[in-house]
Amino acid sequence: MDNIEKKIMSGNEAVARGAWEGGCHFAAAYPGTPSTEILENIIKYPEIYAEWSVNEKVALEVCAGASFVGARAITAMKHVGLNVAADPMFTLGYTGVTGGLVIVTCDDPGMWSSQNEQDNRHYARHAKIPMLEPSDSNEAKIFTKMAFDISEEFDTVFLLRLTTRISHSSGIVEIGPRKEIPVKGYIKDIKKRLVLPAHARVLHRIVEERMKKIAEYSESFSYNRIEWGDRGLGIISSGIAYMYAKEVFPEASFLKLSLTHPLPKNLIKRFARGVKKLLVIEEGDPILEQEIKAMGIEVVGKERIPLCGELDPTIIKKSFNKRIQRPKIMVENIPERPPVLCPGCPERGVFYVINKLKLVATGDIGCYTLGALPPLNAMDTCICMGASVTNAYGMDRAGGEDLSKKLVAVIGDSTFFHMGIPGLINAVYNKGNLNLLILDNLTTAMTGHQPHPGTGKLAHGEEGKRILPEDVARGCGVEFVKIVDPLNLREVEQSIKEALNFEGVAVLVFRSPCIFLKKPEPYLIVDIEKCNGCKLCLRLGCPAITVKRIESREKPAAYIEPTLCNGCGLCIQLCLHGAILKQSSQEELE
Amino acid sequence: MKKDDGITNIIICGVGGQGILLSSDILCSAAFCAGYDVKKSEIHGMAQRGGSVISHVRFGKKVYSPLIEEGKADFILAFEKLEALRYAYFLKKNGIFIVNDLQLPPMSVLTGEREYPENITGILSKIGTVDVIPAQEIALNLGNVRIANVVLLGSLARYLNFPLEVWYTAIKENVKQKYLDLNLHGFEKGRKFCEKVGD
Repeated sequence: MDNIEKKIMSGNEAVARGAWEGGCHFAAAYPGTPSTEILENIIKYPEIYAEWSVNEKVALEVCAGASFVGARAITAMKHVGLNVAADPMFTLGYTGVTGGLVIVTCDDPGMWSSQNEQDNRHYARHAKIPMLEPSDSNEAKIFTKMAFDISEEFDTVFLLRLTTRISHSSGIVEIGPRKEIPVKGYIKDIKKRLVLPAHARVLHRIVEERMKKIAEYSESFSYNRIEWGDRGLGIISSGIAYMYAKEVFPEASFLKLSLTHPLPKNLIKRFARGVKKLLVIEEGDPILEQEIKAMGIEVVGKERIPLCGELDPTIIKKSFNKRIQRPKIMVENIPERPPVLCPGCPERGVFYVINKLKLVATGDIGCYTLGALPPLNAMDTCICMGASVTNAYGMDRAGGEDLSKKLVAVIGDSTFFHMGIPGLINAVYNKGNLNLLILDNLTTAMTGHQPHPGTGKLAHGEEGKRILPEDVARGCGVEFVKIVDPLNLREVEQSIKEALNFEGVAVLVFRSPCIFLKKPEPYLIVDIEKCNGCKLCLRLGCPAITVKRIESREKPAAYIEPTLCNGCGLCIQLCLHGAILKQSSQEELE
Repeated sequence: MKKDDGITNIIICGVGGQGILLSSDILCSAAFCAGYDVKKSEIHGMAQRGGSVISHVRFGKKVYSPLIEEGKADFILAFEKLEALRYAYFLKKNGIFIVNDLQLPPMSVLTGEREYPENITGILSKIGTVDVIPAQEIALNLGNVRIANVVLLGSLARYLNFPLEVWYTAIKENVKQKYLDLNLHGFEKGRKFCEKVGD
């Protein structure tokens, strides 16, 4: 036993390891929390070809191509990413695979870094694709590895579902060697891969038969297992909820489900017969609960356990009126600390101007969505990747002239490549009026700085072909295209005004690297003699600037925290009294 | 520091960018090297942008949940005072706060909408034992404010009975070679400082 090598791994690292051990040849993904580290870790294994694709649909389709030629392929995405990839996924559910094909969906209950809380277990049922759900890092590794084998054995795409607390929790993983599997090679088979209606009708019947076979397999699948304990209480659970339930009800009997679609109905019946009272403890929607109730089995589930938000051991305890020993804290209403745009973030200047000019701004997905928060208040909408472009165009069309004069769309560089381009073409083609502000910080910042076409770098860091957003815009027929330095407030304001006055589609590319990509400038300092405490600089919402009381006088003065300031200089441009200085200019004065 | 179920629960909290995730990685590696089953949970993505960050670390014979239950943490290692207060409800009776002597006002305080609570150490001492560590100052004296995290980890180490080699191995595994000596030094200072006030 002791000679098995063990390592601490996050769920995402474990999936990457499982792919490597399982003989995977090919991986493609678009970054999205909490899934990003899966591809980031696969990149470290030279045996697997890995790329950042421009979006999740593209990633799944290139993986499907790899599977067509008999390579084992994996793609990973956040839950809403699977919406983007849903189109190919539903049909791949019909075609099946040649090389094993695994889609990892990382759901985000609690919406730590997401715009909704969709439960992607529904997709397995909807697209008729089997699903595995690990409960910890070790299972994440084992299930990923197995998923390739089962995918090929049953000729089906496989869904592996993680949640934030699996992806970003770490635990001990037993690691093993890689299984080398040759790429099978391409064999033409249009009845399988060319889904003309005539072929698809046949395939649909095959899918229904396939799911019956996998349901049989599910009955004896060793990770769908009964753990007999106290027969008075039986608990059916899966994923992270199983771990919480084990913590809260250590004495109970458990049916731990891992292959959760299709369900092992006979196993469930056997378990139900063996216990007096039956609970279903699941995070998110009552999916297991409804399927089990439909089998005619009485269970307690969502009438006790919350449907919204994440679960944890405390919430489960509260749901069953078990005692919690929470200490009493004598302060109420502790000031919140929501995330903020970083000090020195180049997007801040654009948001300051949007706020100053009282514009209406449709927004998009990325760290720049934080421009919506006070004091910048510079964003009106945020729906999904690329929607800033299309929402603005639609609002302009239907909203009347007054709105039109103050409407802009704000999108990040990576988001623009992901899904902004079709909306831009749509606006140009339909002769729309659109002011698109592309915040080009030369990286996919939110998810930890992955490259994209605008950076020209590939997943492993080598040079690819660089594609610039302004070239894309011109190629799409945009006649007003301008590159602007977002750290120059006057230029930002002037260019936005010009775009607003332009009839038709205007694109402004605000290009300046994310602060994590460059060496910071020396921090700025406040000359308290000149500062009159007007607080204008606070309107930037920079976490490095605060106002402090001065002992010798009534008015407070601005203070810049040296450990936070990056020296971006926006506050220098804003100060009417010349009270904020670069360190060099301070020295000159002295 | 063992409880009935043999599991030690530690909350590490602070502000995004303070090195909380690295500290919990080191703690996790140390527990693993010391022969325990270990689990850790944290949040990546948007919350890390200067927001409130919390990491749960649990170790013992067999750990199921990666998340700690309210009122069950043996230690809260807080990199900032307000964050110690925010997550104080995790501390068990007679638990220990190890708090960095640092106040970072959140945006609502910067803009003057809200006030930073006064006498946080006093409030915390009604819930558990409080160790205040001037980790920022210690780190600055060593020449790099960014190692405040290992200074704090050093002061936690005093309460956990891991052999010192285990800590060194864990730090070595998790920091860049270039910064190894600096980190080990910071860790030692944290461990020693704690001894001074504790005894």
